[in-house]
Amino acid sequence: MTLRTIPREVILGLVIIALCGVIAARFPNFVRPSNLLSVATDTAPLIMLALGQFAVIVTRCIDLSVAANLALTGMICALLNVAMPGFPMGLMLPLALVVGAGLGAINGVLVWKVGIPPIVVTLGTMTVFRGIIFLLSGGSWVNAHEMSASFTQFPRIPVLGIELLAWIAVIAVLGVYLLVTRTALGRAFYAVGGNPHAAVYTGIDVGRTQFLAFVLSGALAGMTGYLWVARYAVAYVEIANGFELDVVAACVIGGVAIAGGAGSVGGVVLGALFLGVIKNALPVVNISPFWQLAISGTAIIIAVALNARSNRPKGRIILKKAEHSHEPV
Amino acid sequence: MSLSDLHADMTEPRRAPRTIPDRLTSPLRRNLLGWESLLLIVGIAIFILNAFASPYFLSAWSLSDATFNFTEKAMIAFAMALLIVAGEIDLSVASIIALASTAMGAAATAGAGTPVLVLIGLGTGLLCGAFNGTLVTRLGLPSIVVTIGTMSLFRGISYIVLGDGAYRGYPTSFQWFGQGYVFWVISFEFVLFAVLAVIFGLLLHKTNFGRAVYAVGNNPTAALFSGIRVARVKMTLFLLTGLMSGVAAICLTARLGSTRPSIALGMELEVVTMVVLGGVSILGGAGSIPGVVIAAFVLGLVTFGLGLLNVPGIVMSIFTGALLIGVIALPRLIAKWRR
Repeated sequence: MTLRTIPREVILGLVIIALCGVIAARFPNFVRPSNLLSVATDTAPLIMLALGQFAVIVTRCIDLSVAANLALTGMICALLNVAMPGFPMGLMLPLALVVGAGLGAINGVLVWKVGIPPIVVTLGTMTVFRGIIFLLSGGSWVNAHEMSASFTQFPRIPVLGIELLAWIAVIAVLGVYLLVTRTALGRAFYAVGGNPHAAVYTGIDVGRTQFLAFVLSGALAGMTGYLWVARYAVAYVEIANGFELDVVAACVIGGVAIAGGAGSVGGVVLGALFLGVIKNALPVVNISPFWQLAISGTAIIIAVALNARSNRPKGRIILKKAEHSHEPV
Repeated sequence: MSLSDLHADMTEPRRAPRTIPDRLTSPLRRNLLGWESLLLIVGIAIFILNAFASPYFLSAWSLSDATFNFTEKAMIAFAMALLIVAGEIDLSVASIIALASTAMGAAATAGAGTPVLVLIGLGTGLLCGAFNGTLVTRLGLPSIVVTIGTMSLFRGISYIVLGDGAYRGYPTSFQWFGQGYVFWVISFEFVLFAVLAVIFGLLLHKTNFGRAVYAVGNNPTAALFSGIRVARVKMTLFLLTGLMSGVAAICLTARLGSTRPSIALGMELEVVTMVVLGGVSILGGAGSIPGVVIAAFVLGLVTFGLGLLNVPGIVMSIFTGALLIGVIALPRLIAKWRR
């Protein structure tokens, strides 16, 4: 068994374990179950956003507006909570989901019905969403004391000793896993990304599939938006600024092909956890947090180089490209 | 693997196979009848609206100040336009500015003079461009991911060096690059912008290299078989983009007089917006420098006009984003209704 035939998920899993091992050699406290659990919980937002991004990238699109969507939906939830403290918490999460899905649908319609390239669409909506947050909030912060206790406590409710935020991420992972492996829509995601022409001939509506991927990405971003604002108990214009790059990075590190058609849920989760472990380990091993940006940048470059080096298709390619693939020149 | 591959098949199943535009009419004239004229009308409309909206707008010094809103971004946008026409993209330009500015700041603190600072700025830009170009052309990696990675890496190095500190204390002669005036209200930056516009315009529209850029963007395989060294063209364009980011770093650093690691944060998106608004196809293979020049003026006027009306910067981004989507959506929607 050569290095190339080992699945990406296994390599990534071993790298994460090795990383934890190296840290544990000097700082054993890092690998205490309670600490590992808090690392995983901290990474939950990244995992949820990366799942949506994964669906979008698999269909050959990209969604740069996820962080802005998260911030806008989070602000809407926070303002709603300030205006109507009695708004039932059970409805807040579905509301965030719907708002986020709506914002994602805007991206999707522009890609599907107007035919604008996704990178342009989401670049535009990203700035528009941020601007709308400013208009809604007047540029001021919504602080912890303005939010109701039930609003901020929701993601921290312990269920079987684990925060609700982590459980929601687990449900999202399972949901997206079932969606892409067990449903026709999931197959369509891969088919559209693997070969759009062939997908059309098999009766798949390419634009509609991409639209639905954007809706999924938006819904997950919106839901995370509420959880983010509630967990950190603050909402302002710049929350999660630049987070979209972490999200894309998690996908790339997880082995999702940026050209579409390949990738797996397991890889994405491990890619996000890899970034999460690094982020949480830096303060523990006394490295300035200012190193984090350079480290994740290096990780992205190494990951994409590894992606390109292995000729074996990552994940599942359902409809192989009939025409010869473009050789790098 | 390039950006054009990423999107090439996006909408194709619903239209005819990719058409290779024939170049019987000069690209300049053809474009002037289409996209550029639409953009010019938008620009003039914004100019007139601004003149009515604020009494301070129509003064020579106001308009001169307005140019600083776009000159640095436009310098990078020219090189980025060529890169996007060739089917690649560089999202690390703002981070190159941060790294080049940090390098210059460190040198200035060590007592380097203005000529050395300029060389360091340009050199850092070239090195970063070479790094991007090598990863894309030698290893065949998709440029969008590579430059998302180097975007973190380059700015990350600035953060490692500077942390939450800042470099100040640039020589007075150095500050002329950002604050100097060549003649009356004509700033050095504006002159540089104009000269670079002409140089890049000639490079793209009047030289063999420019033809090669279009060819690579339209069909890299065909370009290779027609004797164009595709990898070398792309490498040159990454070097150019890095160099222009270095130039912009010199101007911006000189204008601000200080360097923080967060300098020019998010500027890459404004540069890409400018290029796309200028009519350059994000799929590669089409676009013109005059379009980018007009887009630079339009964006500069929008920002400045709204600024005079005391509209906060973040609200301006709504206009920028809506303008980007609107200007691209409009011709497509019109074409749809005609059908």
